[in-house]
Amino acid sequence: MGRIVLEQVTKSFGETQVIPPLDLTIEDGEFAVFVGPSGCGKSTLLRLIAGLEDTTSGKVLIDDEDMTSVSPSKRGLAMVFQSYALYPHMTVRKNIAFPMRMAGMSEEEQNKRIEAAAASLNLTDYLDRKPGQLSGGQRQRVAIGRAIVRDPSAFLFDEPLSNLDAALRVGMRLEITEMHERMQTTMIYVTHDQVEAMTMANKIVVLQAGVIEQVGSPLELYHKPRNKFVAGFIGSPKMNLIEGAEANKHGAETIGIRPEHVTASKTSGLWQGTVGVAEHLGSDTFVHVHGIEGCDPMTVRAAGDATFKHGEEIFLTPDETQLHKFDTAGLRIE
Amino acid sequence: MAIVAQSSKYGQFSRTLLAWIVGLLFFFPIFWLVLTSFKTDADAVKPEFLFFFTPTLENYTNMTDNYDYWRFATNSVITSVFATIFALAVGIPCAYSMAFNPTRATKDVLMWMLSTKMLPAAAVLYPMTFLTKSLGLFDTHFMVILVLCLINLPIVIWMLFTYFKEIPKEIIEAGQMDGVNTWGEIKEILIPLAWGGIASTALLCFIFCWNEAYWTVRLTTTDAATLSKLIEGNRAPEGLFFGRLSAVSAAAVGPIIVLGWFCQKQLVQGLSFGAVK
Repeated sequence: MGRIVLEQVTKSFGETQVIPPLDLTIEDGEFAVFVGPSGCGKSTLLRLIAGLEDTTSGKVLIDDEDMTSVSPSKRGLAMVFQSYALYPHMTVRKNIAFPMRMAGMSEEEQNKRIEAAAASLNLTDYLDRKPGQLSGGQRQRVAIGRAIVRDPSAFLFDEPLSNLDAALRVGMRLEITEMHERMQTTMIYVTHDQVEAMTMANKIVVLQAGVIEQVGSPLELYHKPRNKFVAGFIGSPKMNLIEGAEANKHGAETIGIRPEHVTASKTSGLWQGTVGVAEHLGSDTFVHVHGIEGCDPMTVRAAGDATFKHGEEIFLTPDETQLHKFDTAGLRIE
Repeated sequence: MAIVAQSSKYGQFSRTLLAWIVGLLFFFPIFWLVLTSFKTDADAVKPEFLFFFTPTLENYTNMTDNYDYWRFATNSVITSVFATIFALAVGIPCAYSMAFNPTRATKDVLMWMLSTKMLPAAAVLYPMTFLTKSLGLFDTHFMVILVLCLINLPIVIWMLFTYFKEIPKEIIEAGQMDGVNTWGEIKEILIPLAWGGIASTALLCFIFCWNEAYWTVRLTTTDAATLSKLIEGNRAPEGLFFGRLSAVSAAAVGPIIVLGWFCQKQLVQGLSFGAVK
């Protein structure tokens, strides 16, 4: 079990309130991702759940039990840190055994769990090494191993892949997602990378300045962003937000169109602009277009073999059915 | 290229030379002390026997036979060891708390602790002596240990604080998530990780305790008197007996020099206040 509920939780550091009153429910077995720009309070929120920070007011319930004033070790949660936070003076085996030893588990049971965790994380050959002798990816695996053996009711991940290189990050992302599929344990994952959020989560919590902007499944957030902030934050490259006369034509203050919902042509289209930079990714080409009124530059996804060149004239046509409309307050108009 | 290589060679030579000169300059008093300790009191003041004299062990035998050197030395060991242990026992939890759970007052508390080192010892001589005597603690090991511990505590806490600050807080937090209590954090994580820093702090504290003279001379007479008291006791009304005094001083600083020699690396680390990781 691992149902986590936050009720009217607030957090202030001195006079500064970083988390205004906030309610959130994470159901048992969910993979929830907290995503938002730097300083939005997502790590603070995770630390409040972990018990590493005290709430200023409000309640943290884990499996319907009030855990607000319970110490981190007694909450039944396991955490994986961005910097791995392994004990450098212990071998991998001792690192993984540490929480079990603290819980007073028998040595036989400890060894059984260590072997199982090491096998599932490809760490069997490294059990007698110290963390300093491992690569970043291996270290993060050890940190995950240390979390798994505790058999926690929920896993908390605080930007665990930020210190890894791009290729390793993709691999570890898959491993963590597979681990969740296999274990079906609640996981809360903090990241500023919206690609991680989209690919791993079944519930995304978008935060800005400590406020939850939207909670939903990745596709829900992608297709129906509640406001301009979520629209701009979810999706890569970002949604194009157009203001002014073009938006007013559609009865909105701002309209949004994703790069993949705009067709680019060299001959004709609704909007006319000039090619700035064309980024060729092989499978796609992202063209940054200047000169579109109310949105400069506008990003457009074209075919991988598209041959747009800098300074060329380009015509764009949006798919009208995929337009997102926002009012003066930045909220979605249905 | 050749010019660069040559000039760097000269640079290295002059730096080595300078290091030797400075080293010898620092070593000279010790050398002089040891040399004089092998002279008779009469020879010690005669310029013609500056370097060439008939060495004698008279001063050393006199020291052990007539002055009970070993009792003073034992007192020095007891008071320095226990004062260091107590200073660490108080300093480690204190520095841990300030390094990992700082409050707004932490910085001020640290500065305040250091400021106590700025107080001239003489300023509290009267109250200390009065207090010690009225509590019946004059010339007791307990009092010497307490005083040595307290006067070194600020520096011990500062040093440990600096070392502990270098340990990532996340490791301590990982320990909290893994189920350790505060004592467990200190025992299982903090002490093993900061072992080098704790050892060099202990070593420095021990040296400071061993060399302390102001209070050990004033708060003891015989029972708890340390080697500093023995040196001080060799001042005779007739004047200074340099041969005897040198032997006592050499025997007092000898153990600490040997200890320092073997622990050079730790000492340098300790003195650089955690700058060397």
